[in-house]
Amino acid sequence: MGLMGLILVLVVVFCGIFSQWITPYDPFKIIVPDRFQAPSLVHFMGTDNLGRDVFSRVIAGSRIALSVGVSTIATALVIGLALGLVAGYGPRWLDNFLLLIFDSIYSFPTVILGLTVVTLLGASVATLMFVVVVIQTPAYARLTRTATLSLKNSEYIQAIESLGASNLRIIALHILPNVVGPLLIIASMDIPSVVALEAGLTYLGMGIPPPAPSWGRILQEGFGLIRVAPWIVVAGGIPLIITTLGFTFLGESLRDMLDPKLRRIV
Amino acid sequence: MLFYAIQRIGLSILILITSMAMLFTALKLIPGDPATIMLGSRANAEMKARITEQLGLNDPVIVQLGTFFGRLLQGNLGTDMWSQRPVSQMVLENLPYTLVLIGVGLGWAALIGIPLGCYSAIRRNSFIDKFTGVISVGTISIPSFVVAIYAILLFAIALDWLPVIGAGEPGDWNDQVLHLIMPGFALGLGWVGYLSRIVRASMLEVMGENHIRTARAFGLPEFRIVISYALRIAILPTITLLAIAIGGLLSSAVFIEAIFARPGIGKLIVDAANMRNFPVVQGGVLSTVALFALTMPIADLLVAWLDPRVRATL
Amino acid sequence: MTGDVLDIRNLSLRFESQQGAVHALRNIDMAVPRGEIVGVVGESGSGKSTLALTIMRLLSGNAVISSGAIDFCGADLLKLPEDDMRAIRGTRISMVFQDPMTSLNPVRSIGAQMADIQYRDRTASAAQKRRKSAKALQRVGIPDADVQLDRYPFQFSGGMRQRIAIAMSLLQKPELLIADEVTTALDVTLEAQILHLLRELRKDINGSILFISHNLGAIAEICDRVVVLYAGEVVESAPVGDIFNRPQHPYTKALIACDPARIEKVTRELPVIAGDVPNLHRIPEACIFAPRCAVAIDRCHTTRPADVLAGREHRARCHLVAGARP
Repeated sequence: MGLMGLILVLVVVFCGIFSQWITPYDPFKIIVPDRFQAPSLVHFMGTDNLGRDVFSRVIAGSRIALSVGVSTIATALVIGLALGLVAGYGPRWLDNFLLLIFDSIYSFPTVILGLTVVTLLGASVATLMFVVVVIQTPAYARLTRTATLSLKNSEYIQAIESLGASNLRIIALHILPNVVGPLLIIASMDIPSVVALEAGLTYLGMGIPPPAPSWGRILQEGFGLIRVAPWIVVAGGIPLIITTLGFTFLGESLRDMLDPKLRRIV
Repeated sequence: MLFYAIQRIGLSILILITSMAMLFTALKLIPGDPATIMLGSRANAEMKARITEQLGLNDPVIVQLGTFFGRLLQGNLGTDMWSQRPVSQMVLENLPYTLVLIGVGLGWAALIGIPLGCYSAIRRNSFIDKFTGVISVGTISIPSFVVAIYAILLFAIALDWLPVIGAGEPGDWNDQVLHLIMPGFALGLGWVGYLSRIVRASMLEVMGENHIRTARAFGLPEFRIVISYALRIAILPTITLLAIAIGGLLSSAVFIEAIFARPGIGKLIVDAANMRNFPVVQGGVLSTVALFALTMPIADLLVAWLDPRVRATL
Repeated sequence: MTGDVLDIRNLSLRFESQQGAVHALRNIDMAVPRGEIVGVVGESGSGKSTLALTIMRLLSGNAVISSGAIDFCGADLLKLPEDDMRAIRGTRISMVFQDPMTSLNPVRSIGAQMADIQYRDRTASAAQKRRKSAKALQRVGIPDADVQLDRYPFQFSGGMRQRIAIAMSLLQKPELLIADEVTTALDVTLEAQILHLLRELRKDINGSILFISHNLGAIAEICDRVVVLYAGEVVESAPVGDIFNRPQHPYTKALIACDPARIEKVTRELPVIAGDVPNLHRIPEACIFAPRCAVAIDRCHTTRPADVLAGREHRARCHLVAGARP
């Protein structure tokens, strides 16, 4: 299972990185006479209502999906890590306050929070990324906090403290390395949900604006044309399925392999 | 027991208040004219003036905060500037549809997922167990809106068995049930996998405990041991985990309602968001947050009711 | 041997694992005469609990019975279909387990669990079953039995839970009760009470008890016969008086000598048996106790001793047994 996941992930990543070079056609080029062509050897996934090659759009979409996914999770990781360390090591009131904030963000169902922010700030790439970061940070912060707290009270750390090490030093040298590993694995398992969130919000018209070929956009356009050009919708869904399945399978196998270590921290 | 209930609800209320305060603060932090932000550029001057007056947007922040919470306590979620209807009324109209959808989705997922999880635990490493395991991971990760779209493609377009749009004629039960089949299916599919996994994990743990061995030593039938002795215990963490994941269910419901054009809170919010109609969005969001915040204490109370050990500590 | 409620003949059992097979029981020969209390004594890892679970056929999936038979009132338990075995469990053979804190279901009331055990009594009403349960609780010394039936295990102390477990095991008047280290988790006073209780109850049910323990004092108190188990083999078996007054096997002698209750001289250290329990992956062609035996001779390290008669109804597996005759 993990192997299949790895293969799928590599396919997606490959498409994402090299998309500019492997798209058979320009994803943005509108050729009206070519519109509504069913999948064929010329157009592997057919064309949409503007004559654009769907397959190329799908490949281009992988770049969007991956870049949004990775960058937002990375940002959320960094912020979450910092906040979690602060919450774990700082004064009690700060910890409680931060916890309250985290739980409050948690209590917003993901998509609904996204919709709210987009209503206020308008749909754009920046807004979307902001939304994802806000949604993901509490989870990472909480994990970091839990790990920090349990490590802080372990005898190992107490021994080092008694030797006079400063808090900062302890955090940097001893706590951080222990936390980062499991956190990275958990974060990588969030990639599928972030990609799905981006696609979903874009589908609703609240995410990345056209004409960017996000998979959500392809699905949205395809849905409207579902009776005349059903292949568009099929094409839009497939990369999402591949990405989510791939990353999830991969993540599950990774987690299985590292399970005993993960349990300690989580 | 009562004190416990009050404690849990109290905590939820605190979180609820913080969420709403955050929402309020967020609004204030955005640069620009509040009225325009809340209503979008399509609003005319009259609407903007009205909302400014109604919400007291020119008053000091403290006063606004006070009015905000004061109104909330009264159940007043504001007024929709476009239709002049109270938002709370719009919410109440739509909420039942969402609740029904969630009920159906979760219901069939539980009906299939829980027994599947039990079976997987008992017949560990059997074909069904491994098969379920892979399918579970698959269905959990595939986004629900993709499932919905493909379902529509298959059952509505290709086979023309089921209707797509809306919730059906009011008063016509059969029609409404027909309209529930695909949305419920799409909503619940990922949850079948999720439930079967957590039930399986729980059951494996419980079945390995000493008291199960004792039950076997008394010659009790395996079926009874699995249901009355093991599942009874394993279901408890399942309930808690379910409650935590309800947020995801609500998120999926938003998509499902939008795709199937079903009335419901999700559709309400999405339509309003598309029109940059913030008061309605806010009202809808606050209701979902309240709903979500309520599920945790309800789950905890359910667990306490089922587990005599928890009851005793109260 | 007639008159035996349980007769184990040449039982050998191994556990299959990734690291190879663990030969947990080897050529076990022992019997429980009708109406008697037979003790099985041995240290941790000797196979005592495995033996009990084998009789009940409650072993894990990787257990393989390589040879032997367990005769219970004329039927070989090892050959019974699972349904027949299940019919015997709880009715004709009952078991009480070691840890009272985890061996009862935490979310069902005592009364419900006791009623469940009586599920085969299709003609009895719920009220009748409840009365029977209450009487059983009274018999083991639990006051206010009817009220207690509605309470949950966690509301009772360890000693009480063990009493409840004993009451449950006697509900259907079994012919054989297996008590697997039932007093190990209890303090001395409670242990004495439970032992007393077991002795009394045995008369009630007119049955036999297989009493497993590592506590020599408890064994001496209530058993009629004793079987000494070491690393999966029966090394000695005899009537209780013989075991303690004329032990034949070096291991038995060492066990008795190490019993803290028997220390007569003041020494700085507690006597122990040097060495560790052997690894059961590879069984050497020798006496299994030889590495730790103080009086082992050359032969002990090269040939496995046969089970020889050392007195009336007294057998031992040792090359050095006086007048060794098979």
